[in-house]
Amino acid sequence: MSESSLRLVWIYPDLLSTYGDQGNALVVERRARQRGLDVTRLDVRSDQPLPTSGDIYLIGGGEDRPQRLAAERLRRDGGLSRAVADGAAVFAVCAGYQILGHEFVNDLGEREAGLGVLDVVSTRSGDQRCVGDLLADIDGTLGLPPLTGFENHQGITRLGAGAKPFARVRFGHGNGSGDGTEGAYSGNVFGTYMHGPVLARNPLIADLLLKLALEVDTLPPTDDRWYEALREERIAAATQSA
Amino acid sequence: MSGNTEPLSPRAKLAVTAGRAAAAVSRAAGRGSGSVIGGKVALRLDPDLLARVAQHLDVVLVSATNGKTTTTRLIAEALRASGPVVSNALGANMPAGITSALAGGSDAKYGVIEVDEKYLAGVARDVTPKAIALLNLSRDQLDRAGETRMLAEKWREGLAGNKAITIANCDDPLIVWAASSSPNVIWVAAGQEWKDDAWSCPSCGGVLQRPDDDWLCADCGFRRPAPSWALSGDSVLDPHGSAWPIRLQLPGRANKANATTSAAVAAVFGVPPQVALERMYDVQAVAGRYDVISFQGRELRLLLAKNPAGWLETFSLIEPPPAPVILSVNARPADGTDTSWLWDVDYPRLAGHPILVIGERKLDLAVRLEVAGLDFRVCETAEEAVRQAPPGRIEVIANYTAFQDLRRRVGN
Ligand SMILES: [Zn+2]
Repeated sequence: MSESSLRLVWIYPDLLSTYGDQGNALVVERRARQRGLDVTRLDVRSDQPLPTSGDIYLIGGGEDRPQRLAAERLRRDGGLSRAVADGAAVFAVCAGYQILGHEFVNDLGEREAGLGVLDVVSTRSGDQRCVGDLLADIDGTLGLPPLTGFENHQGITRLGAGAKPFARVRFGHGNGSGDGTEGAYSGNVFGTYMHGPVLARNPLIADLLLKLALEVDTLPPTDDRWYEALREERIAAATQSA
Repeated sequence: MSGNTEPLSPRAKLAVTAGRAAAAVSRAAGRGSGSVIGGKVALRLDPDLLARVAQHLDVVLVSATNGKTTTTRLIAEALRASGPVVSNALGANMPAGITSALAGGSDAKYGVIEVDEKYLAGVARDVTPKAIALLNLSRDQLDRAGETRMLAEKWREGLAGNKAITIANCDDPLIVWAASSSPNVIWVAAGQEWKDDAWSCPSCGGVLQRPDDDWLCADCGFRRPAPSWALSGDSVLDPHGSAWPIRLQLPGRANKANATTSAAVAAVFGVPPQVALERMYDVQAVAGRYDVISFQGRELRLLLAKNPAGWLETFSLIEPPPAPVILSVNARPADGTDTSWLWDVDYPRLAGHPILVIGERKLDLAVRLEVAGLDFRVCETAEEAVRQAPPGRIEVIANYTAFQDLRRRVGN
């Protein structure tokens, strides 16, 4: 951690905040404060320079045109790549996940360069949109309970050798590449197709980001009964709809 | 178009009759008002029917993400000052429902029609309206409707060259983008409390600057047009600079904005603002919204909020703490099956209110309120929530199907 206060950076809410993405920032902030941490939240608009000294960066989802504009501005800015090189934790959702990769297909149907901080390449599915509740088992080395989320995307993401699948799908679509994977991670950089406020259903992922930022192995416990009740309900829903 | 009394063709007459019969059957079978089913049968028989049933009417179309049902009602009341009105007052706002509503108004002079956002361009082409009122556009049921800006783009293409007078909110950049292809626009400063769908320039994608109530794009010059009508505090300012106080029974800033737009529309039809506003004051509730009812010995006010912008406007009109608040959220297909929008709603504004949570997605709401640091209680039923609520009139805020459930439950 670079300063006495945990610096939480929410990237481009003017472009990438279509599906309640603010929820992830609110959950991380809340869970940090519940542990007595001082948090500085920086909401950085796409006409502002991205600070490179953040501890945790969150990047949300968005429609096709805002995604292209965000990628253009993040490439030009360069700050996120520097922050990743310095070991910052990054958690990205949907359009943001694709932007972290080498390339994706933009609103004009062209290949658009991403930031290349995750070894993934995204394309677009011609036929169906993946919509609904998903349930997946998170990579065992991360020590997290199953991932529950809502997906709504047309993307297909394929992982290179430098990225590990974040989770293995039990119900739902995930990366859509047919290999049963969902999301990707590498070091402290995470991407998922679970859109919007995915941390509200998976508060222990928020805690993982805090642990990585603080460089600690454990955090004081919190009262998670509402999160747990919601998880139980949504996991049952994903199981039944399949 | 008014005064054109050319009779319906036999085919159109048959279609209307078949539609009415189907509607009657639907009503008898207990399937709601029957207006949609009637319209669907009629449209299947004669695809030009919508154009035909509108032919003898001076039509105004009303579309928006929020406030279209209420504004349709206010405009209808205002225009009744000048002649009989037919309107889809029950909110059946897709082509079948509209056809069915218009078919029931053979003696009417005016058609005041609420149109679902997705159908506006097509209906505007079919019915040759005299006026089109556009109030606001923001995120709503995203897993069904698609991107808000794409919708604005469709309106823009659909309205290009339409001869109707467009009455549009100059404070909403997406509305301005959509309306400015129309050759004849009257701008109304109706305000915009929810701004999170309008930080990005609809024209070029630049970041909009928003000093005070103004907005502009420094990259391409797209900017707020000067209004000729405005909501100013509690008054309507007309193009001559006269201020007309608004004394609605309907609560809230958003309804004052709806009244301002309605007054501008009424003026297009020759009804002066004073007359138009007077008639709007008679409206107490619109399709159950804003109704105060009695249930289990308590007073409840029923408020509908379907999306983040709607919730924001609703929070600004409820009684201050310690008024108890019941929140109810469902996520059925008609609501949008995704609850992520809860995180775009500014729930911290409920701090200080006793909060009771019900509805099929009460656990999503519970986590949202927990993260907002609010005190709340989760209840299984409306009855339990009402029993648990501390004294005082209860403000009940619900999204679409949750609102319908509540109305049935409390006998409204
Ligand atoms: Zn611009």
